[in-house]
Amino acid sequence: MTAVQIAALIAVAFGGTAVVLARDPARQALVASVYGLALAVLFLAFQAPDVALSQIVVGAVGLPAMIMFALRKIIRREEVDREER
Amino acid sequence: MSERLRLTVFAAGVVGFGAVLVWGLAGLPSFGDFDGRYGQYLAHAAVPERHATSAVAVTTLDFRGFDTLIEEFILFTAAVGVVVLLRVQRAGEEVPAEPDAVRRPTAHSGSLRSVITALVGPFLLLGLAIVVHGHLTPGGGFQGGVILMAALFLVYLGGTHMRLGPLRPLAATEASEGVGAAGFALIGLGGIVVAGAYLENFLPFGRVSNLVSGGDIPLLNIAVGLEVMGALLVVLGEFLDQRLLMRKGRL
Repeated sequence: MTAVQIAALIAVAFGGTAVVLARDPARQALVASVYGLALAVLFLAFQAPDVALSQIVVGAVGLPAMIMFALRKIIRREEVDREER
Repeated sequence: MSERLRLTVFAAGVVGFGAVLVWGLAGLPSFGDFDGRYGQYLAHAAVPERHATSAVAVTTLDFRGFDTLIEEFILFTAAVGVVVLLRVQRAGEEVPAEPDAVRRPTAHSGSLRSVITALVGPFLLLGLAIVVHGHLTPGGGFQGGVILMAALFLVYLGGTHMRLGPLRPLAATEASEGVGAAGFALIGLGGIVVAGAYLENFLPFGRVSNLVSGGDIPLLNIAVGLEVMGALLVVLGEFLDQRLLMRKGRL
C-alpha cells in the first residue's frame, strides 16, 4: 500500500466520522459533499478512475444537491404550518 | 428497559459484531491479491476483442450490457416517479409566468454570477468530451451526462430569474430522457437483428484508440448520456416548479 492510499483511507475515515457528527442537516449535506470528494480520491488512489468519476458526480454533487432541495421544501412547509397555527 | 440492561445488550452486540468482523477480516485475501478469473479475462479481452481501450466501458456496455440497460431504466423509472408525485400535487395547474413575482431574491453578487455563467461553456465541453471518449478513457455516458446536466443547471444558478422559460424546454428534457432510454434498448435490438443476440456488438470495431472504435459502445454511451442528463434535468425542473408554486402560496 502506498502513502497516497493510506492518506486517502485516513481522510475517508475522518470524513465519515465528520458526517455522522454534523447535526444540522444542511451542514451535514455539505460535509457529506466533502466526504464524497475524499472517497473519490480514495477510488483514484486504488486505480479505479471510472468509479472515482461516478463518485464525484453522485456523491459530491448530486446527492448533497438533492438533500438541499428536499430540506428547502421541508423547511418552507414547516414555516407555512407555523403561520397557519 | 433500564439503562443498565440497555448497556448490557449494547455491549453484547459490540462484542459479537467485533468478533464476526475480525473473523471475516482475517479471512480476506491479502492486499492487492485479485483472484477473479472473469475480471482477468475481461481486462485482457477488451482491446483485442472490442478495440476499445476502456476495459470498464467494454464490461458495462458490451459484455454486461444487459445489466447497464436495467440500471438505466432504474434511473428512468425514478425520474418518472418524482415527476408523477410532484405533478399530482399541483393537480394540472400551470406555473404562471410572472417575471416580477418570480425574480430571485438571492444571487445578488454580480461577480459570482459572472463566474457561474463563464463556467457553462467549459462544463458543456467537458461533459461532451467525457461522453464521447467513454470507450477510450475513464468516464462515459453516466458521468458525462451528470456534468452536462450541471452545465445546464448553471444557467439557472447564474441567472436572476426563477423561471428559465425557453432556456429550460421541458419537452426537450423529457425527450432527451426518453430518447436516451429508448436508444439503448433499440441499439440492443439492432444486435438481435444483425448479430443474433440482444446487445451483441454489431458495428465495425474500427481502429484501436480512434474516436470511432469499439463498435456500438460509443453509441450506447451517448444514449446513456442523453438519458441521464434528461432524467436529472426533469427532476430538477420539477423541484424548481415546486418552489415557484410555494412562493405563490399554493403549496
